[in-house]
Formats: sequence, structure tokens, C-alpha cells
Amino acid sequence: MNKTIVFTVLLVAGLLAPLVVYPVFMMKLLCFALFACAFNLLIGYTGLLSFGHAAFLGGAGYTAGYVLRDLGWSPEWGIVVGTLFGAVMAWLMGGLAIRRQGIYFTMITLALSQMLYFFFLQAPFTGGEDGLQGIPRGALFGLIDLRNDLTLYYLVWVIFMFGFWLIHRTIHSPFGQVLLAIKENEPRAISLGYDVNRYKLLVFVLSGALAGLAGATKVLVLGFETLSDVHWSMSGLVVLMTLVGGLGTVMGPILGAFFITVLENKMGEIGALLQTLTGVEWFANLGESVTIVTGLIFVICVLMFRRGIVGELLHRTSSKGIS
Amino acid sequence: MELFGIPLSAVLSQLLLGLVNGSFYAILSLGLAVIFGLLNVINFAHGAMFMMGAMVTWMGFTYAELSYWNMLWLAPLLVGLFGVVIEKTMLQWLYKLDHLYGLLLTFGVTLMIEGVFRLIFGSSGLSYSVPEALQGATDLDFMVLPNYRAWVVVASLVVCFATWFVIEKTKLGAYLRAGTENPRLVEAFGINVPLMITLTYGFGVALAAFAGVLAAPIYQVAPLMGSNLIIVVFAVVVIGGMGSIMGSILTGLGLGVIEGFTKVFYPEASSTVVFIIMAVVLWLRPAGLFGKEK
Repeated sequence: MNKTIVFTVLLVAGLLAPLVVYPVFMMKLLCFALFACAFNLLIGYTGLLSFGHAAFLGGAGYTAGYVLRDLGWSPEWGIVVGTLFGAVMAWLMGGLAIRRQGIYFTMITLALSQMLYFFFLQAPFTGGEDGLQGIPRGALFGLIDLRNDLTLYYLVWVIFMFGFWLIHRTIHSPFGQVLLAIKENEPRAISLGYDVNRYKLLVFVLSGALAGLAGATKVLVLGFETLSDVHWSMSGLVVLMTLVGGLGTVMGPILGAFFITVLENKMGEIGALLQTLTGVEWFANLGESVTIVTGLIFVICVLMFRRGIVGELLHRTSSKGIS
Repeated sequence: MELFGIPLSAVLSQLLLGLVNGSFYAILSLGLAVIFGLLNVINFAHGAMFMMGAMVTWMGFTYAELSYWNMLWLAPLLVGLFGVVIEKTMLQWLYKLDHLYGLLLTFGVTLMIEGVFRLIFGSSGLSYSVPEALQGATDLDFMVLPNYRAWVVVASLVVCFATWFVIEKTKLGAYLRAGTENPRLVEAFGINVPLMITLTYGFGVALAAFAGVLAAPIYQVAPLMGSNLIIVVFAVVVIGGMGSIMGSILTGLGLGVIEGFTKVFYPEASSTVVFIIMAVVLWLRPAGLFGKEK
């Protein structure tokens, strides 16, 4: 019952959103929401903290951008190629990272994604510090012109809903139950005869592919790709989104991604508003201090708000609710 | 004399640079290992603490005309105290939770520290000159040895081995090692474990700041100077494993040297070579060179 309500609300809200919000901004929000959902599949449902997810988002963005602009392929192929890049990259990185457990896993993913960052910094086709600029949107299947923001919005919306549905299906499948068992008690899952590493690798690849899908879609929306998407600060950002929203909740990452993205984009305006309200000069600088504020939110979340927004709501109402 | 078509003196000077970097890797990974041993926290803020060591050194000279030699002990002390405050106010609430929360907290702390310094000093580098006594270079016939770089290698080695000695060979170190194995039992013997934990964090962080002071005259002093370094140090820690103090030191130095050689023979790969080695080590020996899987 509740599941149906959630899906209906999401569906209607998504369909009506461009009437209220600027479509390009809304599309950006959706891409980050998909990214955070893909990340949550690992941390929330398998207990693996990846600190290298920027590699999949940014890497897929670069490959999709290259295919779209320099090879002139049509947008659907850009998205497919980007997603494939995410999957293959995740297979390579995951294969190495799952050889160690716990905190080592996190450090390995971070180090490997940093290696990819240096690769993209030096590779000839990425434009170095300038990034890939002027990536065309083209026409979907050669028929539907995506230069119209609203048309593209509904494509992005369909992609997002597909990703969300896929994650939902995964969590509630027998496969998802095994993942949960690994999260709760890995030695026990092993002793029950599950090939834990195969499950971990599979979910890592799925998560990487979905993050790649988000990255490829993002590049289609914005028309450029820069190094900031492959940098480790992006990996940190997606951790924060998921943490703020609620680890291991279905809706948490979406809310968290919206919250953090809006905060990042509107920090200057919020600062200006606070300055007029309180008269404190310093607030005018808030726009330049985004990292300080994100750091502060991180610290606050870890110290006293570990359930996140949705997790806290669920805990308060203590009904099974949305999950 | 030439080596594969490259003048030997050039190879040797890159090798020295590699040793300098390797000394920093060694000190930093040593600090990480000591902290992880007792606190079970991976200190993401280690790079930021390194940066603070260098920044404080620069500030000491610029605002108070404090010499390099004074800052060599003052900066680690100040940053160490800062670490103690962080441990007392934040980290100590997380020990009962999953390791990953410690990493996330220190990640947030890193963002805040770097953000604050960037807001005040901007992102560009500040220069700090080599102390007078160590300026110049010594001609060794086969190469010219810059005095300051030699000093950095020697000073780091002394500090690393002193740390190793204290932890492995003294009574204090025995308590520390016992605390790593079983903190509750050690507490039952009447040793103040929470205090020991706090001081360990302060010490580990002070080590990072010491490396920062050493780095100030060589690198540009800048708010983000530690942010890429810490990831390389993570790779070093994965390669060496955090089980052994000597392992951390040797891995750090060794990787610095390998990186130095890569700069001579294949400069394109110099920023990624440590990560590639990490991948190979994980493939062949998943537990790391000196590690045992817990």
C-alpha cells in the first residue's frame, strides 16, 4: 500500500515539478538524486562505504561527452556508453577493493578513483583544466529534439524513475536480502554458504553502472564536464547527501541530494538574506565558504544526526512507513 | 656518467627528492597507523594537520618573527593541542560505532579546516624561505646535495625511529600496544586508557604537523597542500598494512623513492605510480606487504 503511495507521489511530483522549478535545475537535482540512490545501494543495503563514486559519475560524464561531441553519436548511445563505462570501471575497482574489508575498502576505492582523476587530468581528450565544453544534446533516436528543456526534462525523469525502480526491485529481491545479510553479519553470511565476494562485486557493479547513468545524463543536461566531477570532493559530497537524507532508507538519498544541491547553489543568496536579517557582515561571505558549511553539516550529522532526515522521521513515527 | 641515457646526477637528485617525499609518507602513515591502532579511526584530517603545521610555521614567522627552529617544536605542539581538543569534543563519542563514522567525521573536520584557511589566506601558495643554517648545497663530487633536503630526510628518519623505539621498546609503548590489543583489560590494571587515547591522537597529529614544518620551505605553503597528499598516504597504508610500525616507515620511504625514479624515466606516470603499485599489491598479496588480515 505505502509503496504504491510513494511511487504515485513521486510520479505526480516529478511530472508537475517543471511548472514550479526551473527545468535545468530540476534535472540537475534528479541526476544527483539518482547518483545518491546508487551510492545508497552500497552503504545502506550492503554496508560498503565507497569513497570513489566520483570516478563513475565523472568518468561516465567524460566518456558520454566524448562520444556525443567528438564522435557525434546520438544521445541514447551517449547514455548507454556512459553507463557501460560506469559498470566496467566498477567491475575493475570493485574487484580490487573487495579483497580487503571495512575501512581498507574505503581507502582503496578512494585511492583508485584518485588515480582515475589524474588520468582524466592528463588524458588528451578531456581538455585538462578546462574540461569538455559545448557537448550537444542532439535528437533522441534521431527523432525527438532534446534542445527543448521540457522535452529533455521528461527524458531525465523517465531515466530517474527507471533507476529508482531498479534499485527498489534489487533491494526487495532475494539478492537484496543476501546483501542485507552481508551488511548485518558478514562471517555468518559466509558460513551460510553465500559467495559473499561475488555478491559484493555484483552490487558494486550495479551501483557503479547507475552512478554512470546519472553522470551521462548529467552531461547531456548541462552540456559540459569538468574535473570537479571526478575529484574526491564529489565522492565526499554523495556520502554527505546520503547521510543527510538517511542511510539505508529508500527516500533519504533523494531528499539529501535535493537538500545539499540546493544548499550548494543557493548558499550566496542564503548568506545575503542572513546578512540583511541579522546585520552581521560576515554572512555576505557565505557563498565562498561552501566547503566550511558542508564540513560542518558532516560533523553535525555524524555526531548527533546519524539516522538522517528520513531515518529520523521513520524512527519518530516508528511505523514501517516508507521502507 | 649516465644511466639509461639520463645523467647520473639528475637521477640522484630525483632520488633525493623521492626520499624527501618518502620521508613525509613515512611520518604521515606512521601517525595514521598509531592512531588507527588505538582509536580504530582512520584520520582523514591527517593531511589538513600536515597543512596546519606548515601554515602555523609560516604564520609564526610572518606575525611573530619566530624562527624555523622554534616552530619545529612549537607548531607540532600547537597542532597536537588542537588534535586533543578535537578528540575530546568529537572523536571520543564515536568509538563504539562503526569505523566509518570516524572517517566521515574527520573528513568533515578536514573540509572545515581547509575551508577556514582558504577563506583567510586564499588558495595560492605562500613562500617560506629555508633557514640560514641549511641554505646552500654540498658538492659531493658525483652530485650536488642541497643541505635542506638532506636535513629533511635525516630529521624524519630520526623522528620515525624514535617513535618506533618508544612504541616497541619502552614501558610506555608496552602500555600502548596492550591498549591496542585489549583496552578493557589494560584499564582494569589501573591505567588511564581514555587519557592514553587522547594523547595518542594528539601525538599522531603532532607528527603530521612536524612533517608540515619540514615541508614548509620546500613546497608552497597553501591551504590545500595536504588534500591530495593524504590520499597517496592512504594508498601507502593499504600497501604496507597498518599492523607494523617499521612496515609503515619502510613502505613510505620505498614508495617515495619509486615515485622519484618514475619522475626521471616516465614522468607522465609519476602521480599515479603509487596507486598502480597499490593495485598490484592488492592483486598479489591482498593483506598488504606487512599486514595481517584482522
